Amino acid sequence: MDNLSLQKQDIEELRSEIAKLRAALYTKEQQLQDLEQLHAQQSGNDPDSAVVQQEHEEKAEVHTHLTNDDIARFSRQLILPGFGVQGQLKLKNSAVLIVGMGGLGCPAAQYLAAAGCGRLGLVDYDIVERNNFHRQTLHSEKKEGMSKVDSARIALLELNSSCQIKCHTRLLNSLNAFSVLRAYDVILDCSDNVPTRYLLNDACVMLGKPLVSGSALKMDGQLTVYNYGADGPCYRCIYPVPPPPEAVTNCGDGGVLGAITGTIGALQALEAIKVIVGLGEVLAGRLLIYDGFSNLFRNIKIRSKRPNCHICSAEPLIRDLIDYELFCGMHATDKDNPLQLLEPEQRLNVFEYQELQSAPHLLLDVRQPAEFEICQLPSAVNMPLAEILDDSYVKRFSSQLESKEFPIVVLCRRGNDSQIAVQHMRNRYPDHSIRDVIGGLHAWSNKVDNGFPIY
Amino acid sequence: MSAKELQINLEFSAGAELLFGNIKRRKLSLDGTVKWTVASLLKWMHANILTERPELFLQGDTVRPGILVLINDTDWELLGELEYELQPNDNVLFISTLHGG
Ligand SMILES: [Zn+2]
Repeated sequence: MDNLSLQKQDIEELRSEIAKLRAALYTKEQQLQDLEQLHAQQSGNDPDSAVVQQEHEEKAEVHTHLTNDDIARFSRQLILPGFGVQGQLKLKNSAVLIVGMGGLGCPAAQYLAAAGCGRLGLVDYDIVERNNFHRQTLHSEKKEGMSKVDSARIALLELNSSCQIKCHTRLLNSLNAFSVLRAYDVILDCSDNVPTRYLLNDACVMLGKPLVSGSALKMDGQLTVYNYGADGPCYRCIYPVPPPPEAVTNCGDGGVLGAITGTIGALQALEAIKVIVGLGEVLAGRLLIYDGFSNLFRNIKIRSKRPNCHICSAEPLIRDLIDYELFCGMHATDKDNPLQLLEPEQRLNVFEYQELQSAPHLLLDVRQPAEFEICQLPSAVNMPLAEILDDSYVKRFSSQLESKEFPIVVLCRRGNDSQIAVQHMRNRYPDHSIRDVIGGLHAWSNKVDNGFPIY
Repeated sequence: MSAKELQINLEFSAGAELLFGNIKRRKLSLDGTVKWTVASLLKWMHANILTERPELFLQGDTVRPGILVLINDTDWELLGELEYELQPNDNVLFISTLHGG
């Protein structure tokens, strides 16, 4: 390599290192701010002083006219009937908070920044990973390892350098939600988990802010606007009780196509613009369901405000933010939520399985065929969980099941589905040697074979 | 179609179909000599077409939290929920709520 290209490489490396350091600094500053606020609250000092001060700092100037640059840049939307100069000015004076800079948040932020939204707030605690690129289109290859909000901020400023972007590098929780949300006019729920959805709902109801809620999984998407208009329901009006954790699938487990999150995210930006500008019919009291498999959009009329809603009714039972992870029985991340269904003696760790590998045994891999095709252990037989649960395995493996001693080992990606499978099989064969592998193929790749692909 | 049959349509969306043999739309012909409510329909579904992990669809006698039920595109809560009496050609849609992003 010649001198010049070595220099160029050094520059790139330094840039990326500085970006990561900045992100780390920012996270620490936010932690400090949260702690100081908590400390002030608990030590009985004026609880709102920190918040008031922060709001004062953020008091933005009010724009009353468009610049020539605005007119040239936004001409195609300025000539839209019902939008016009007044619409553009409202956007320019608006502040939108986007919670989650993933598959939904990236396109939503992109269209809002491009359309001339004056201030954007971005919330995410996570860093950019390789498996984000296919759908989180603001994060590019060189930004792997950078915080998602910093990465998105860089990309958005390239689109529109006059957009003021505030980064909130943190996990939203009951302590910091009000101080983060307060400064914004519209909140976009682009999150990926149930506790955050309830937290955002309750905080938006208490602060009187509309919540544009999008979600996506596999080939499907859903969209609605909560807490908008006199009759508009909130999330709790529709879902008073959280779903059982085992019924919740995240994109990491279920998969999702980028064009699906892109569609819903772009529509979230549209609803936010309509709310801000006062344009068209806002999607409140209706749920849009999108079936990308058949490319069908459908609008469903959902109920209006629930008269006894715990949060948005006239006599709310909930008067302060609660512990949402406790309420939902789930973590506020889409990271591993390990199940604990089996007794220790019904499980093998990866090293114990490695020892067993050379002896006669049956290895059942209970992942979907599409996942099995990506990577598999030698001698593994693909038997998707569904075929364990509907007992198809009984006939197929009748000879192996004849002996109680013959070791049967069940494997999946991370060691959750394998437990469900073992539990089901043990109901029928309580005294057989049926065990699963703790941590599944992820643990295998981490601890035994680093060359084994992770997805 | 016999006069003794009650014909209704079932639809599943956003993954609810995975618990029902991955079929998104079904036409049902139920015994028209008896009264059918959503409660009895759910029992029938459990006995006849719910192929996988019933706890992901039902909780007690009703659907689990996180599944919306719409009858002719109207929220079932506005129609009496489990007590609603099914009418010929009713369309019953089950939507599982998505949380991913
Ligand atoms: Zn409500």
